Amino acid sequence: MRFSFLNLAKQALSAHRHWPEQWRFPEPKAEYDAIIIGAGGHGLGTAYYLAKEHGMRNIAVLEKGWLGGGNTGRNTTIIRSNYLWEESQGLYEHSVKLWENLSAELNYNVMYSPRGVMMLAHTVHDIQVFKRHVHANRLQGIDNEWLTPEQAKEFCPILNISSNMRYPILGAALQRRGGTARHDAVAWGYARAASAMGVDIIQNCEVKGIRRDLNGAVSGVETTKGFIGTKKIGVVAAGHTSVIMSMADVRMPLESYPLQALVSEPVKPIMPCVVMSNTIHAYMSQSDKGELVIGAGTDAYTSYSQTGGLHITTHTLDAICELFPNVRRLRMLRNWGGIVDVTPDRSPILSKTPVKGLYVNCGWGTGGFKATPGSANVFAHTIAKDEPHPINAAFTIDRFKTGRLIDEAAAAAVAH
Amino acid sequence: MLLIPCPHCGERPELEFRYAGEAHIARPADPSSTSDQEWAEYLYFRSNPKGLHIERWRHVSGCARFFNCVRDTVSDKILKTYPAGQPKPDLAVVLKEAGQ
Repeated sequence: MRFSFLNLAKQALSAHRHWPEQWRFPEPKAEYDAIIIGAGGHGLGTAYYLAKEHGMRNIAVLEKGWLGGGNTGRNTTIIRSNYLWEESQGLYEHSVKLWENLSAELNYNVMYSPRGVMMLAHTVHDIQVFKRHVHANRLQGIDNEWLTPEQAKEFCPILNISSNMRYPILGAALQRRGGTARHDAVAWGYARAASAMGVDIIQNCEVKGIRRDLNGAVSGVETTKGFIGTKKIGVVAAGHTSVIMSMADVRMPLESYPLQALVSEPVKPIMPCVVMSNTIHAYMSQSDKGELVIGAGTDAYTSYSQTGGLHITTHTLDAICELFPNVRRLRMLRNWGGIVDVTPDRSPILSKTPVKGLYVNCGWGTGGFKATPGSANVFAHTIAKDEPHPINAAFTIDRFKTGRLIDEAAAAAVAH
Repeated sequence: MLLIPCPHCGERPELEFRYAGEAHIARPADPSSTSDQEWAEYLYFRSNPKGLHIERWRHVSGCARFFNCVRDTVSDKILKTYPAGQPKPDLAVVLKEAGQ
């Protein structure tokens, strides 16, 4: 059932008790044309675009837990495309353009809010790097502008720009089209739209093995719900990508780390934008519920524990208290961790693999949410056509062999 | 925060250490005859296991020495540490010694 004013009025007459389920809960069929492993935003989006743009409706998304329960439901929802290299700008800008119309396209309010993303500079090096980003972005037609500390404070009035900070703010780069979206709604919106087109979303179904035929091509997956045949598998498993890929004997240039986030008690609107600081390592925005959403860093060591060290979050809160002195007495309500898969060059991998019929979308590290629609869109193309879209052509596994890395370490959301 | 038993100094908090990635990855002995694929394997490809991981740590705020550590990446529990240079331990034996 579409969400519309008419349907809203109709359902209101029966006190909203008769809205249908938003997606089906099917049992797996014996065989599908393609299987996506991982029902997060990127995986569900991939299924949606496979069905919508490539006519592949006999497909399934397998999920170990519940849909949207991994990093899609654990991130700080920041959206931006102010990356340094042309390859990244192409990919992330493709995504931002899809964000702009996503609610209408999915008939589901993903609450995309282009409220502006401001990245703070605290050192001379920061100024040089961010100005380089501003120029690189503008050459590609991507908005990004340089602000003085006073202009930064005007844009975000609770910011502390005094000179007596340990790391005073020397300027900021602002992408006005950047912003936030409702992370759960992205997963739910894609799931609902994909399910409506016939995509089977199978939750509580863990992949235990990848079966291959005599020529080495994939022939199906072993799962906790039995064997499911398929000729094409798209792995979109974030922190668990190495684990899944090892089932097909493919080694990955990935390491998985815990990344933490936390939210404060809700308060009235005090923060009109997203503020990020790579150097002192803090980022913050305010959700529509009023909670301040704060991103911390990764732990030092690889782990699958979905928890991180408390010293990591307290380090971030030190920086938050310095940047925003008026939030010092707020209490933190919740703190959680997710497992992020990090590549050596901090750029993702959207690629075919040495195994025929096996495709992988991974390596988003600490900043995959922003790319959800764009990543899903070009990955669906890669699976359907068995060749990459021009936008993701550079994001191969092979780049680690050829040396054509896309080094975004300096542009990533966190200091590495 | 982890409590890490440095083989030289004993148990110390994680803040005294620096993580240094997967252990027992040998630099190619003859660089000029090493293929691109072998370089990529050496530089970038990692086992990244869900389970026992053998990794290097450096006790930067203590003895400043590198050592190796066997840790379970699901529970973050450290099963064994040993000085650098010792051969890779048999993980089945490590598990047995740790009583698991």
